[in-house]
Amino acid sequence: MAAAEKQPVTITCAGPLNGVLSGVLTWADQRFPLMSLWRDHLAEYYAPKNFNFWYYFGSLAMLVLVLQIATGIFLVMHYKPDAALAFASVEYIMRDVPGGWLIRYMHSTGASAFFIVVYLHMFRGLMYGSYRKPRELIWIFGMLIYLSLMAEAFFGYLLPWGQMSYWGAQVIVNLFDALPIIGPDLSLWIRGDYVVSDATLNRFFSFHVIAIPLVLLGLVAAHIMALHEVGSNNPDGVEIKKVTDPKTGHPVDGIPFHPYYTVKDTLGAVVFAIVFCVIMFFMPELGGYFLEYNNFIPADPLKTPAHIAPVWYFTPYYSILRATTEDFMWVLGLALVAYSALLAGTLRIQAARVAVAAIAAVLLAGFFTIDPKVWGVVLMGAATLIFFLLPWLDQSPVKSIRYKGTLCRSALAVFVIVFLILGYYGTQPVTTGGTLISQVCTLLYFAFFLLMPWYTRMDKTTPEPERVTG
Amino acid sequence: MADNELDHGKRRFLIAATGVAGGVAGVATAVPFVASMLPSERAKAAGAPVEADISNLAPGEMTRVEWRGKPVWIVRRTKEMLESVNQSDTKVADPRSERKKELTPEYARNEFRSIKPEYLVVVGICTHLGCSPVDKFKAQPEAFEADWKGGFYCPCHGSLFDLAGRVYKNKPAPDNLEVPPHKYLSDTRLVIGEDSKEA
Repeated sequence: MAAAEKQPVTITCAGPLNGVLSGVLTWADQRFPLMSLWRDHLAEYYAPKNFNFWYYFGSLAMLVLVLQIATGIFLVMHYKPDAALAFASVEYIMRDVPGGWLIRYMHSTGASAFFIVVYLHMFRGLMYGSYRKPRELIWIFGMLIYLSLMAEAFFGYLLPWGQMSYWGAQVIVNLFDALPIIGPDLSLWIRGDYVVSDATLNRFFSFHVIAIPLVLLGLVAAHIMALHEVGSNNPDGVEIKKVTDPKTGHPVDGIPFHPYYTVKDTLGAVVFAIVFCVIMFFMPELGGYFLEYNNFIPADPLKTPAHIAPVWYFTPYYSILRATTEDFMWVLGLALVAYSALLAGTLRIQAARVAVAAIAAVLLAGFFTIDPKVWGVVLMGAATLIFFLLPWLDQSPVKSIRYKGTLCRSALAVFVIVFLILGYYGTQPVTTGGTLISQVCTLLYFAFFLLMPWYTRMDKTTPEPERVTG
Repeated sequence: MADNELDHGKRRFLIAATGVAGGVAGVATAVPFVASMLPSERAKAAGAPVEADISNLAPGEMTRVEWRGKPVWIVRRTKEMLESVNQSDTKVADPRSERKKELTPEYARNEFRSIKPEYLVVVGICTHLGCSPVDKFKAQPEAFEADWKGGFYCPCHGSLFDLAGRVYKNKPAPDNLEVPPHKYLSDTRLVIGEDSKEA
């Protein structure tokens, strides 16, 4: 009933086709929530007026997603998901398909660009407390996107069927093998064979081109819907909805997303495209970081390359995996005892204290009875999953880094440095010194999260302003 | 019967019953999909034993054969190499291969982990995460171990194995390299993937 009563759509800009366009839009709007979607998400979605540089990366991530889907569609037209043909079909795309090299380089550069943009987007969230109440679900959807993206990148990396593809998949699938009891059967089920083989390639292709992209699109939709429900955070971390114009009801510090931020994001997209093109045309391998040299050698199940490392975006976690040796379990055990003592000392409820002690005892027993290999896998998994807890670990009275004190600022700085160091050592061959540094960084990585409830409370914050500072 | 009042109890029961029946049907439907990802009959059948000719293998050399898609190494060890195995007894985690019995057949459960000390036959897949280690037979100081006696180095995560495929202590790999079932058909021919009980 509502549709028939809707007002006709009027177009304000003058032109000879104005009448026709208005007619078409009115017709469509009476049958589909066209104008309300336009208003709710663009023309009348009020975003804080003080977005800075760091706010480009959300829209850039969407841009790269579209780029990956578009280039992917065209790559699949020529690629063959068959262990005997895959490597040659990628070379065929690179040499014989008209423009194939460009589409493939767009896709391979896009993969790394996706992670760069997403890491910067996540860093923005860490800086300005964008994960805090009421945006916990936005953060959780975002983390699910990040995990799906890692799965997408991992499945896609097997497809060229080069040495790195093959041995990378071998190592990651074997991570599941380490899990107690179900491990061996689980990894067999993932591979579909006793070794990484044609069966594995075929199913990874299926996951890469259809399953994960569908999940990603759904999660991106949920991420944006949740964002538009509660409204965007901003560099000051204050809620713009608190101060509204009594006449219009719109936040006084908000501006409509369209045209203000569509124009701003267009500028961001242009700058991004320039940087992207420079890399794509002049250094698509980026010194072996975007495309690893060993992957230009066809997969050989009998020989692991002399030095294997995952692509750069996985290396921080890979370092954590490698850092977990037998000796390190003692350090971990000690850290666990200290942490549970701190936690038990803080908790007031007796039952909670007992629970902490019990969990710590079970973990401690596990540290020295189950292989360090298993704990390496557990730590690596925990390092990615721990981000989910951020909304509840951060107990600071303020959201934004601008009003947090030295303690929180230094913690974030240390975390970023530690993440980069772990990333660097993950690309390097194992050395005693490198392992030691990775172990220290692993401890600091987890300390950033696990000690957060304490240092955010102890930190000396300055009061948040009533309104954004512009 | 013309009672306008809803029977909430009955409604709840029907909803629960429908939910349970639907859930069971959903799980049952998932079974063939999950099962379809298990190794196919063809993949299961492709695991036959392979033969290797070692007549051309010089002392100190290694050859690789493929068995079940995995590399199997055959190393002809020299006197010095066997001596290095002796020397690394204190460095390895499980010198007598007693931890996981299934990795070492009984006839190879000795210091040299082989039927004949001269020949080492192991699956060249690291017991950590499945990389194939690299042979570093020369005893010389290495970046990964100053006092290196020769053996295998896994490039992925730095696990070390001596010349009997025994894992060094405090390395990511938990176990010694797997010795596949094998037997000698003659002095220069052996078969991998099959053994005789008395071998």
